[in-house]
Amino acid sequence: MTVRISDDAVAIACGADEVAAAFIAAGVAVERVSSWGMQYLEPLVDIDGVGYGPVSVDQVADIIDGKAPSLGRIADHPFIATQTRLTFARAGKTRPLSLDDYYASQGWLGLAKAHEMGAEATIDTVITSGLRGRGGAGFPAGIKWQTVARADGGQKYIVCNADEGDSATFADRMVMEGDPFMLIEGMAIAGFAVGADKGYVYIRSEYPHAIAKMEAAIRLSAHLVAPFVVEVRVGAGAYVCGEETSLLNSLEGKRGEVRAKPPLPALEGLFGKPTAVNNVLTLAALPWILTHGGEAYAAFGAGRSRGTMPIQIAGNVKHGGLYEVAFGITLGELVNDIGGGTASGRPVRCVQVGGPLGAYLPPAQFHLPLDYEAFAAADALVGHAGITVFDDTVDMAQMARFAMEFCAIESCGKCTPCRLGSTRGVETIDQIIAGKNVEANLALIADLSETMKFGSLCALGGFTPYPVMSAIKHFPEDFR
Amino acid sequence: MASIADILAVHKDKEGPLLPILHDVQKAFGHVSEDAMREIAGALNLTRAEVYGVVSFYHDFRKEAEARPVLKLCRAEACKARGVEALVPIADNQNRVKVEAVYCLGLCAVGPSAMVGDTVYARLDDAKFKTLLEAM
Repeated sequence: MTVRISDDAVAIACGADEVAAAFIAAGVAVERVSSWGMQYLEPLVDIDGVGYGPVSVDQVADIIDGKAPSLGRIADHPFIATQTRLTFARAGKTRPLSLDDYYASQGWLGLAKAHEMGAEATIDTVITSGLRGRGGAGFPAGIKWQTVARADGGQKYIVCNADEGDSATFADRMVMEGDPFMLIEGMAIAGFAVGADKGYVYIRSEYPHAIAKMEAAIRLSAHLVAPFVVEVRVGAGAYVCGEETSLLNSLEGKRGEVRAKPPLPALEGLFGKPTAVNNVLTLAALPWILTHGGEAYAAFGAGRSRGTMPIQIAGNVKHGGLYEVAFGITLGELVNDIGGGTASGRPVRCVQVGGPLGAYLPPAQFHLPLDYEAFAAADALVGHAGITVFDDTVDMAQMARFAMEFCAIESCGKCTPCRLGSTRGVETIDQIIAGKNVEANLALIADLSETMKFGSLCALGGFTPYPVMSAIKHFPEDFR
Repeated sequence: MASIADILAVHKDKEGPLLPILHDVQKAFGHVSEDAMREIAGALNLTRAEVYGVVSFYHDFRKEAEARPVLKLCRAEACKARGVEALVPIADNQNRVKVEAVYCLGLCAVGPSAMVGDTVYARLDDAKFKTLLEAM
């Protein structure tokens, strides 16, 4: 009997190390693997494909004796069986730092294919796939690389943005902790395609497990991606460094202040050199796309949103975790059918999609399909596809206030609408909550939001109005 | 314990070495002192103001050491949705542990969550949070 238990941060935070130790103490071999992504069931124990969870130490003896109730076969569990896992195909199945496991599960095939077809054809394959930047902006990845590839100047860089700071997002963390070689392979493919021999992974300091796994994986696979070299750099607790130009400044050792665009990082990026800055999920999609072809990837999805999206279902939700599926699934299916409604058992009042800069949406909007354009048309963001579920005890005026407060805490201070607007926003919402000049102050917030939206240099100040204005629009009763 | 000079020697030839240096100094000494900033500035041919500007920009770097143990409590949206704000009075009613807000630990489906050093905790409730604080 071999017991498999995840060693990702969620599993560990939920007690997986103690459960693993209890199995080992009972003389049972334990293999530490990546997480299946059913976080509500962590620590999940996998014995020859059959699942038990969430498991506590006092249940270990019963599980060994076959007396504990099981979840059945994990692969047949509705949360897993209804997914289309391309990026997360190995989730739950492989040991994150095992090169043998990676080889045995189609590892390095994408990089080999890229080398075989050449740089230009590699970029064409990505353009055909329709892959768009998974960090939130949704810019076509192949077009960005074309720009970097055609740019003049010797040294070029691949920068992997792993500064996953949005609440309700953890897919990047899961890739780095669960399948780090896939990200390294993706970066090597991107480097080959654009002509860069150096890649940086900028990981936030709040992710110590991801940092450790990536550093170990880079050491283990250095000879396989050479002459391409990958290095981890650690952030220092600044949310704004998830913005690409601020991330580049941070990598250069400067304050993480946003740069004005143009010039585009693709032309003048890290140390002024042509740089492809891509999110973890964008780069992690490459090995599959190269292995199976651009058309195969583009066959999934809806409208101009092609392929699959690893969606993160979080907050007050019964079945929270990672759900990878083709674009086009509706918000209601994700929250109610997959997520099972709230963890508290109370009615769902709203969800926030796309992190702290994303809109709050009421159940009346649950018909929206996950699709960049459909969300934009509803004044909402897909972003990094994190969904935070709230029950009916949430006070939306407090959430709107928090959106402004968060912007004030995290503003880099470079542009006035963000730096001052966020603080004035907190003060004005405080007035509204106190019942002072409510109508006039709501008008002021609307006006301030317009200024922040159109006058800020980056998405922090520019998108903070989304949660604020959507809260006021959909939940006016909380403000009056 | 590593000296500033040792740390500088490890990172000096990297591209953009300042953040790796500051991380190691923070880790070794618990803060980045004025003297450390002066030494780093000299080694990297930067002004002290430039180094100070970077140190003060990032939440991770402290200019003065914190004597108390530090717990980072996630107070971002997903943990709010799961009730972290109800734990805040417990943190406020004690002074032995420094409880700092952090905005997301990536444990968003199993919150409220916290981190002490590199150790993560999830599914905190009143009792678990109190026990955790008392054990520190």
